[in-house]
Amino acid sequence: MSPIKKSSNAKDYLRMYTQMVRIRTFEDNANQLYLAAKMPGLTHMYSGEEAVAVGICEALRTTDKITSTHRGHGHCVAKGAEFKEMFCELLGKEEGYCRGKGGSMHIADQSNGNLGANAIVGGSMGIATGSALTSKFLGKDDVTVCFFGDGATAQGLMYEVMNMASLWSLPVIYACENNGYSEYTRTDEIAAGSILARAEAFGIEAHQVDGQDVLAVNALTEKLVERSRKGEGPFFMELMTYRYHGHHVGDINREYYRSKKEERDWKENRDPIIKFRGWLVNEGIATEDEIDGLNAEVKSDASAAVEYALNAKFPDVSEVDMHVFTDVEHALA
Amino acid sequence: MRNITLSQAVNEALAEEMRRDESVFIIGEDVAEAGTPFKVLSGLVEEFGTSRVVDTPISEPGFMGIAVGAAITGTRPVVDLMFGDFIFLVMDQLCNQAAKTHYMSGGKLNVPLVLRTNLGATRRSAAQHSQSLHALVAHIPGVKVALPSSAYEAKGLLKTAIRDNNPVVIFEDKLMYNEKALVPDDEFLIPFGEANIKRKGRDITLIGTSSMVQVCEAAAEILAEDGIDAEVIDPRTIVPLDEETLLKSAKKTSRVIVVDEGHQSYGVTAEIASRINEKAFYYLDAPVLRMGAMDVPVPFSPALEDFTVPTPLGVTQSARRLMSGEMIHAA
Repeated sequence: MSPIKKSSNAKDYLRMYTQMVRIRTFEDNANQLYLAAKMPGLTHMYSGEEAVAVGICEALRTTDKITSTHRGHGHCVAKGAEFKEMFCELLGKEEGYCRGKGGSMHIADQSNGNLGANAIVGGSMGIATGSALTSKFLGKDDVTVCFFGDGATAQGLMYEVMNMASLWSLPVIYACENNGYSEYTRTDEIAAGSILARAEAFGIEAHQVDGQDVLAVNALTEKLVERSRKGEGPFFMELMTYRYHGHHVGDINREYYRSKKEERDWKENRDPIIKFRGWLVNEGIATEDEIDGLNAEVKSDASAAVEYALNAKFPDVSEVDMHVFTDVEHALA
Repeated sequence: MRNITLSQAVNEALAEEMRRDESVFIIGEDVAEAGTPFKVLSGLVEEFGTSRVVDTPISEPGFMGIAVGAAITGTRPVVDLMFGDFIFLVMDQLCNQAAKTHYMSGGKLNVPLVLRTNLGATRRSAAQHSQSLHALVAHIPGVKVALPSSAYEAKGLLKTAIRDNNPVVIFEDKLMYNEKALVPDDEFLIPFGEANIKRKGRDITLIGTSSMVQVCEAAAEILAEDGIDAEVIDPRTIVPLDEETLLKSAKKTSRVIVVDEGHQSYGVTAEIASRINEKAFYYLDAPVLRMGAMDVPVPFSPALEDFTVPTPLGVTQSARRLMSGEMIHAA
């Protein structure tokens, strides 16, 4: 793990730990809902990548913005979302963050600065950069973090907006979650050369960091966010991480592109939660019992939220043509 | 009233709205000092500076995406897309992002964005700088589409678009930038979804969009010489569409031709004709006729290009056939 900060930060560390556990627990429940055929459609699990979302979002204020991806539950939780509204959204219920209109791949929580997950790979890079343009244009010091995967580095939009972000010194941090796989294909088969060098070619300072080390991610992000607020952006981070599940929950038999041995190795030896838990205990920040207590609390919160969401109302069918336009209550009336 | 060009009208609308609301800014290729290739934006950068008249690299998807993000977070970007044909380049950002954000977020996020671009053939610009692609955008729920037919509409509709909290795409006819029309001295707005009856008539309804309004008006003049009294209607916006005014006219005259410069198949003419058929069928004395651009890529040669778009003569001939009761099995 990274060098220790002052133990006065114990509260921050425990919150980081809790947030990572909340993401893992959310995903375990979402996967169960899928396997039990209680969730409509598919979803993409963030498990294994928790240190990335939490390390980054813990360095942000509520007013800072993020854009998220189809693998976005982790970003959503880390930016402050509640289980209840999230599970309701996953199940298409009226009380979901988007009244059931978005689902897993489009959760947006603007009250916490989450501008939304995006189901077009790389589709939010323009939105994140535009959000940063708003900050500069309106003279605010908000920073925007653009989450995207290694697969999105193959989209042309990324290079267009990085060029403009650099030309205009926008307060945006491009956070590339490199989990080694672009859907069902190894990243080294789709990405030529160096991903960092692509950002550097635009004059953007780029860093690679161990995405399984929440403290390392957080320390780097804090520095870059501070500098972004001062107008020194944009920045680029490549976070080396791993997704435990397949591309989506239905991608079960995946040995044709990824071995079980490799998955086991990451889960057993590089798990961000196990690593951080060990560190918290070693540093005397929490005891094993206290951590078990935290875990149990999160688990029970999640179960309650799932239960609530399963019993929650679906939106009335009359909502189908609402929210097409802001100024027309029913677009087809 | 002043007689000003469509180009001046657009320029005035932008300047007025930018003075009124500091969150409005222009973004696109060569919009600042160059004022666009059509010189529509000349002088704006001098008044508003480069932070509000933002020149971009030639990266249409990039600046469109940036505008979407800027709109979601509290500004009102007016995107300048140099040619309507380039709309294919921004389709993901326009149709997958801007159009759906309000809906997908359950009404939480708004995208108050205007995309200004153009349409229109016969400028000898060939197949990639001459298309009229508004039907493609109108097909996607969540985007409003305005088609100004003169300087007056260009100003009033653009001001309304900038104040709208939804994504709006305005297609200006690039051949009309230097055409003049009377525009009020005082501030005015034209509401969306209100068709304009340009000419009253009893015998046949000619529905035209954008510069096809002028084509219909010219046809109406010729028809008047034959004693045929044509009504000419400009819907002004196709999303929302003022169905009521169109249906009322169809029921009154019992014959309708819909003229639009987009390709005829699967286009605006088909949509309007179909709605009239569905809702005014028993009032009609003839099939509703579509007249769009030919279903061919726009050719370069003037000898070919002029042949592909509706003309006053063509509309007149079709109107006479409808009036004579001749059955029309193929246009």
